[in-house]
Amino acid sequence: MSGKTGDILKFLISKGSSEMDGAVNGALACKVRRDLFAQTAKDLKDAGFRLVAQWASDETFFDRGFGLYAAYSAGADYLIIMADIPYENPNFPSITRHFPSAYRFERQIHSLMGLNPLEHPDLRPWIKHEDWPEDAHPLRKSFDGSRKLPRVKNEYHWVAVEGEGVFEVAVGPVHAGIIEPGHFRFQAIGENIINLETRFGYVHKGIEKRFESLSWQDAVRLAGRVSGDSTVAHCVAFCMAAEEASGCAPPLRAGYLRAIMMERERIANHLGDIGAICNDTGFAFLNHQFSILRERVLRTNARVFGHRLMMDCVTLGGVVMDVSPEGVRHILDEINMLKGEFERLIRIYEDNPSLEGRVYGTGVLDPETAKALGVVGFVARSSGQSLDVRIQSPFPPYDRHIPRAPLLSSGDVHARAWVRVEEVRDSLRLLKEMLDALPEGPLAAKWSMPPPEVSGFSAVEGWRGEIVYWVQCGGDGGINRCMVRDPSSVNWLAIEQAIKGNMVPDFPLCNKSFNQSYSGHDL
Amino acid sequence: MIRILLQIFRTGIVTESLEPADEAKIIIAGRALEKKVQERFKRSLAIRFVDAGSCNACELEVHAVNNPIYDCERFGIHFTASPRFADMLLVTGPVTRNMEIALKRTYDAMPTPKLVVALGDCAFNGGVFGESYSTIGGIDKVIPVDVFINGCPPTPSGILNGILRAVAR
Repeated sequence: MSGKTGDILKFLISKGSSEMDGAVNGALACKVRRDLFAQTAKDLKDAGFRLVAQWASDETFFDRGFGLYAAYSAGADYLIIMADIPYENPNFPSITRHFPSAYRFERQIHSLMGLNPLEHPDLRPWIKHEDWPEDAHPLRKSFDGSRKLPRVKNEYHWVAVEGEGVFEVAVGPVHAGIIEPGHFRFQAIGENIINLETRFGYVHKGIEKRFESLSWQDAVRLAGRVSGDSTVAHCVAFCMAAEEASGCAPPLRAGYLRAIMMERERIANHLGDIGAICNDTGFAFLNHQFSILRERVLRTNARVFGHRLMMDCVTLGGVVMDVSPEGVRHILDEINMLKGEFERLIRIYEDNPSLEGRVYGTGVLDPETAKALGVVGFVARSSGQSLDVRIQSPFPPYDRHIPRAPLLSSGDVHARAWVRVEEVRDSLRLLKEMLDALPEGPLAAKWSMPPPEVSGFSAVEGWRGEIVYWVQCGGDGGINRCMVRDPSSVNWLAIEQAIKGNMVPDFPLCNKSFNQSYSGHDL
Repeated sequence: MIRILLQIFRTGIVTESLEPADEAKIIIAGRALEKKVQERFKRSLAIRFVDAGSCNACELEVHAVNNPIYDCERFGIHFTASPRFADMLLVTGPVTRNMEIALKRTYDAMPTPKLVVALGDCAFNGGVFGESYSTIGGIDKVIPVDVFINGCPPTPSGILNGILRAVAR
């Protein structure tokens, strides 16, 4: 436990809260009275903590009402603050005034679990669309997830901007390109954007509810499909939470193979993104070049791991497949090829003045806003926030192969592209180091079902940033609740802030530089 | 500029023939296709893509179909921004409740013959997400489907093959 977390824990206990030893494995936990939930948030904010996630769990199975949870972090440790909420009176004090990122977490808790955050500024439905029955709260146990819901007549009230010359541009959910669905509504004067309001939920597949009806093995498959581009990282995060809950430690070789796959996932996605950013400035040449490199990486994946995106390679307790010495050689050869090709392309990126003109100073997310919103991943590292789970809270082998996370502070499209460039370089280095040091040993440890009520918490650094899982075992040996927090759940808020004052035609470029997940957000 | 030119020469042509099995199928499809594409689509097939609820893995592989290695444009296939002049609708995902109406509207906005290709295991029957309060399941529960392409996600050559299969019908 770090000094900061220890101090705040002592402080909270002195105020009458109780530490919950062993209730949440993988994080520190502290139970507070419901009416102190917001005050505790303020104390933690003052002590320099960031809000990681906020969620609720229906705990009627354990003869309680709801559990309300908020996870915070300041450095290495994660601290979970928990409050009991009675079933008949499901109100709690909102923490949005202290942490803006709670704004959507609480709207989601309100929509899907039916708890009421008191004094929340905006309780329009979130994820749940206006044509759902208002009393449908799918995450409650009393809600039958297989039941079809009727459509009701209702309206969603958009934020309106008034004044002379203000006009609105509405985009989506079906977009012009090959991307996921979401709705963006701009108010602009001339070319300049005054306000952007995003609205999601279009790809809500009921993932969190679905987890509760699946066996643990099938749940791993589902975790691998929360966000298809981060399939490895989501699988690892889910498995780590389940392993924390049951007290299972995967063998070192499995840790290495998980990390190797995660770094390959990072490289493949960054290569695609750097190309796509260039494409959105009209520089198709680099897009094609980077997509060739990406394709080579995916083909090596298919050859070595049996799947182009490395889906379903991770399991509870370890990994499902091994890498042969031939596979290792194959990856090492690829690293050599990639290094040379990648650097040649980056020279072209750096040399191109018309590209420069588009990416510098566009879509700026300043460090202060980034901190206030609690963004994570490369978005955070492009805006001066030094956050990387691989460094702050590593699982082996990241404790011995330490990433060098790049840090930029300009927060513009270029920064988000350049952080990816540096991360590709560093991931290639890590990949080689890990392959050279790959230890012998078993691929998986025996994982056994966690006892009822016990929960496990995990955080891993996917290519987009910190992915968080909290999984709570039910009384029947199944999953009572699985909370998923993709980096997109916090990072999407940032794009609304970064776009203000930019031109409407720069939006696709800004959006691409963030490249957040719709599926990971909507769940 | 000189670097760009050098890189172009260095890269050469990377577009590949499809895998032997797929290549054979495409030749078979190709004969029937040649005439049909010329008659029906004036030698080019415009595809409107809709994600009706996918996890984004299928989208990544549809992107790959556009990369220089698979280069779908060599078959006259290109992706268009509007359903108004699309010959084919390529749809992924289990259809979510929240995308059902948008999918129907996109389909309605297309001119006939309205070919529909459902891409991926979820587009077939809901896949790992099944059917629930939030997902309706396969695409054919909402709009008629001509061809299903299986896989989670399907490979780029599998996608090309499926598209050509739909045209050859």
